[in-house]
Amino acid sequence: MNPKPNKRMVWLWGIAPLLLLAVVILLISNVGTGVKDQQAAPIEVLNIERIVLQDDGFQVTVLNSGPKEVEIAQVVVDDAFWNAEFDPGPTLQRFELATIYIPYPWVEGDPHEIRLITTNGLLFSGEVAAAMKTPEADANRFLQYALIGFYVGVIPVGLGLLWFPFMRRYTTKGIQTILAFTVGLLFFLAVDTIQEGLELGAEAPGVFQGTGLVWFGAILSFLFLMAMDQSGKRTSGSLAEIGGKRVSYKIAGGIGLHNFGEGLAIGAAFAAGEASLGTFLIIGFTLHNVTEGVGIAAPLLKDRPTWKTFLSLACVAGAPAILGTWTGGFVFNDTLAALFFGIGAGAIVQVIFVISKMIVRDARRFELPAVSWLNLGGVTLGIVLMYATALLVNF
Amino acid sequence: MLDPKQKISRRHILKVGAAGFLGVLGSTLVNPVSAFTKSSQSEPSHDMHDKLKNMRQHSMTHGYDPGTDSSEGLESAVKALTQFDYGKASMRADGRTVRDYDMIAADWELEIAKGIRFPGWAFNGTIPGPTLRCTEGDIVRVTFRNGSAHPHSIHFHGIHPTDMDGLEPVAPGETFIYEFEAKPAGMQVYHCHVQPFTRHIHKGLYGNFIIDPKIPRKPAKEFSMVMNGFDLDLDGENEIYTVNGFAFAYMSRPIKVKAGELIRVYISNMTEFDLLNSFHLHANFFNYYATGADPQARPYFTDTIMQCQGERGIVEMVFPAPGRYMFHAHQSEFTELGWMGFFVAE
Repeated sequence: MNPKPNKRMVWLWGIAPLLLLAVVILLISNVGTGVKDQQAAPIEVLNIERIVLQDDGFQVTVLNSGPKEVEIAQVVVDDAFWNAEFDPGPTLQRFELATIYIPYPWVEGDPHEIRLITTNGLLFSGEVAAAMKTPEADANRFLQYALIGFYVGVIPVGLGLLWFPFMRRYTTKGIQTILAFTVGLLFFLAVDTIQEGLELGAEAPGVFQGTGLVWFGAILSFLFLMAMDQSGKRTSGSLAEIGGKRVSYKIAGGIGLHNFGEGLAIGAAFAAGEASLGTFLIIGFTLHNVTEGVGIAAPLLKDRPTWKTFLSLACVAGAPAILGTWTGGFVFNDTLAALFFGIGAGAIVQVIFVISKMIVRDARRFELPAVSWLNLGGVTLGIVLMYATALLVNF
Repeated sequence: MLDPKQKISRRHILKVGAAGFLGVLGSTLVNPVSAFTKSSQSEPSHDMHDKLKNMRQHSMTHGYDPGTDSSEGLESAVKALTQFDYGKASMRADGRTVRDYDMIAADWELEIAKGIRFPGWAFNGTIPGPTLRCTEGDIVRVTFRNGSAHPHSIHFHGIHPTDMDGLEPVAPGETFIYEFEAKPAGMQVYHCHVQPFTRHIHKGLYGNFIIDPKIPRKPAKEFSMVMNGFDLDLDGENEIYTVNGFAFAYMSRPIKVKAGELIRVYISNMTEFDLLNSFHLHANFFNYYATGADPQARPYFTDTIMQCQGERGIVEMVFPAPGRYMFHAHQSEFTELGWMGFFVAE
């Protein structure tokens, strides 16, 4: 048998389906599907991404997420036609963003409604719940937001880590319980992160499948971390074997993504003019996050970590809150936020998986029950504590 | 001194109040200003920044400027103002004038505000339909063809035999001839009378129908106006209000008249969903004849009248001096959603 034509044949088999697909698509686009129904109404989708309030009016960012180009014919503010300027123009191609400047004497504290009317007479509206000047992104704001992120992320996680010497005094049973407690915390965070992600995903433009992104992000980040584990060390065993530090960093990473989300919530609250809500959220999240420090420290109980390790752990878990606050305050985007939440949730679930496995192995080694009453108590306490402190930040 | 961006303290107000001759000024000016300061908390250092911004945005003012660009919808509304369809007149054997009108109902996509198209149902391709006009006693003969996918009819207001009342739907593709003697003299309307009424009317099947009295009214410059609304998202609420079918038409093209000349406006309200519409004239008064059918009726001398759905009347005024006289609905919402215009007297 001659190998050369054979090789060519293989290539042909690879390309043939693609060629046929191209032919079919050409046929459909030229001849049609055979169904001759006319479209009843034009399909146009505009997403009002962001409304910025300035001294001289509104600045609206709008995205065309529909299947075709859309032309905005008129702008109506609070039931009145209003002058508007479009950058780059009133016609938006698919996936194009435009900024609309509307000079308007908005009233502080009042609700306002901005309506866009397309040439086909379709309406898209955006609401300002309570008008307040949008904070400008100057250096001062940047630092203020950074400080808020620091309060919410780094400080509570650091404080939680300070329990480390105290926790060390425990026996194997005690350490098991603390790990179980960590599982409880993380379980709460996983559920919470997915929920938040789904909520944001639902707000995102339909074309991006926001809620889908949460699940895709979660499963991929989970599998990514699993792959990392399995390629690094083949044995996944007790704490000492796989290294507590490694697990701690993973927990810190997952929690970091979660805290990024908390920063988003706080920044977005400030951006939306809900300053009091922002302050309330800061206090709530600070209390909420102290427990996260305990969770991060738990896998280290058999190691001899230095203070540097703790510092960098606090940063890995806490600093994303600063990034989150900036993002939420200056450039909020539902789609990306949903994806981040998904990734965070996946990471957290993977950590739960690893710690649970650790508990089971250690329990077997010391001939203790894996789901002892003590461990169950730990899990329960973790969930209850998170639930109770979350009452401060949920409405 | 009275910068609205500056916070005015109570002490400041007292100072102003105490300053003898400023006292009066203080009470009239400071109060509205202090109300303003509530809404802005900018620091003084921001003032220059704000002023610069204002200068940059000077070209774009608060409010709405429809511009003067010509468009299909605008030209149609301008035409509707002065276009009266007297039909094809002929003499019957008994000496009576017969007026033949052609009316066709069909689906039309019309421009109802700058750049906004509305899928409507219209008589002869415009919303409102043509203004039909005749004299009392004329025989009106309307050949109505239904070129739409839905049954329609024409229901004229007036006194006529009940079989000419437009209650029978005319099926798609069918033709019906409405024939009756025009009476009483006055300002009438016509509209489709097929159920569901709200849909058939709000989509555009209506228009003015003027029956002149046998003894003509005083010579005047005459205009026809139909007040209406458009519900874009079909939620039972209008998003746009117009006169003669195009928002802000007479802002873009003010109606030119002469000072001292008698002006007569035949005005009707065919707005769906909203119970009332109104007509308010600035800087002048007018005589209003509701329906205008009673020759002995004493007019109503005012600057604002309201009309229920289907109500109509005749407005007569003289502009005392050259100037720009605004007119609009006195429902502020309707005004800012398109129902506003100007008479320019020269």
